[in-house]
Amino acid sequence: MAESKHKLIHTFGALAELGHEVANKNSFQETIKTSLHLVLGSLGIMRGGVARYSPFHHEFNMVAIRGLGEDFPLSLSPCYEDERQFLANGLEPMEISHAKVLPFFQVYDNSFERAKLELMVPLVIRDETVGAIFLGQKATGESYSSYDREIICSMGRHIGVAIAQRNLLAELERRAEENRKLYDEMRTTYKDTVKAFAAAIDRKDKYTEGHSVRVGKYCELIASELGWEIEEVEGAAVAGYLHDVGKLTVERRIINAPYRINAKESAELNKHPGVGYEILMPIHHPYTDVPLAAKYHHERLDGRGYPDGLYDREIPYIAKVVNLADSFDAMTTDRPYKRRRPAAEVFDDLQRNSGKQFAPELVSALFRGLLREVSGEAKEKRFRRLLGREYMEAEGIAPILQSALSNTPTITPINLMSLDN
Amino acid sequence: MESVNTSVPTQEKAVVLAGDYLNKLTGDQIERECRMRIDAGCKELVVDFSRTEIVNSVGISILLGVIDTAANAGATVVFSDVNEHTAELFEILGVSRHALVNPN
Repeated sequence: MAESKHKLIHTFGALAELGHEVANKNSFQETIKTSLHLVLGSLGIMRGGVARYSPFHHEFNMVAIRGLGEDFPLSLSPCYEDERQFLANGLEPMEISHAKVLPFFQVYDNSFERAKLELMVPLVIRDETVGAIFLGQKATGESYSSYDREIICSMGRHIGVAIAQRNLLAELERRAEENRKLYDEMRTTYKDTVKAFAAAIDRKDKYTEGHSVRVGKYCELIASELGWEIEEVEGAAVAGYLHDVGKLTVERRIINAPYRINAKESAELNKHPGVGYEILMPIHHPYTDVPLAAKYHHERLDGRGYPDGLYDREIPYIAKVVNLADSFDAMTTDRPYKRRRPAAEVFDDLQRNSGKQFAPELVSALFRGLLREVSGEAKEKRFRRLLGREYMEAEGIAPILQSALSNTPTITPINLMSLDN
Repeated sequence: MESVNTSVPTQEKAVVLAGDYLNKLTGDQIERECRMRIDAGCKELVVDFSRTEIVNSVGISILLGVIDTAANAGATVVFSDVNEHTAELFEILGVSRHALVNPN
């Protein structure tokens, strides 16, 4: 009686430890290894192993083994008949010597014999075989009692749950990875579509072909220089690509006019920010404010822009970035009625309008980006690709930029009294 | 729970001291020590349980593994200074059939 009590306490202790082990944060390998120890140690079993079942490969793969010898196969393949029997058996231990009618025990007879295995416990959880436990002789030399089998069954259930949990986690990870890939593909599709849109917009204006794409790239460069997160930089680029989408509704003859357009034509053209907003609003963009950038990219800090005459802080920040990039491209590309302006003149213009039309810190960011490339600090020649080698290698451009940077105010001046009515 | 393993690496006999609680962490250390001694040619392995109060199921499994390894190498295993509770457990689980158990 005392002996039974002692054994009961010992095996229940093992069960409690097994429950704890299955629930902790250890690696799967470690959990199964410890679980095997607990099964063997609870009943004084000399040797054994735990395998995980792969329904895809139809095989048991050993995860933890003790004392089975180096020759014991690490993968065991049951046939269909075996699998059916294991499922029907559930968690009931099978005596290997009595199960030799099954092909599985015939095929691996020698291995089981050499390892002196006596029991196999299929681990069936939620009507699915997830693994198996293989058990050798008890140290006492006695056969397994009904009490022993019940303990083994209970422990097998815990271990089966641990394996099932691991399988679930692996499946979740696989699906999450699939979703990540899908998401990346969708983002790529979105970006490619945006670029195609930008190309379509630019096609309408034969004299400024490539304008939307360049503005998108300038926005990207300015945002990078400001140290924005990758997603925000991408958002700025998209805002740049799509800023003139409203021009798709403007007559070609107005957009392609080889002369300065009149007031009526100008009013027509000036509708494009609002139209662009209406086109972009219904689309669910992965980046915020893309429609607002289209609507307000012609606003100025001093309130003299259009369509709404907004002042500095009222203007969405992304629209300020697009405004600068848009103006910079306009000044540095040829138009039907004028050539592009020399670099020194452009930098001077930007500096003079810093705080009036453009946010000063954005102008500084643009100058910094240009200077880093001109000085050789930046390895990638992104501005050069957009502006042309000749433009970037113009004499004296570096000192001009350095001077401009030191003179550009770092904060947006608030000076409402200076506004003209 | 301290686990101090000391050994007297003579050629034939080695003594390994078990800690106060023989569980997975301490058991792994002891198993490693025992394997090292057996690999070094030890023919009599003594595991000293004078400081051990409790041996849990993992500890039992590890000790059975040590016995198995020793048997394969033709070495004998002695568990010395085992307390009454642990000796009883060894008896129930059949450990004492495969190793000499000396009570304290």
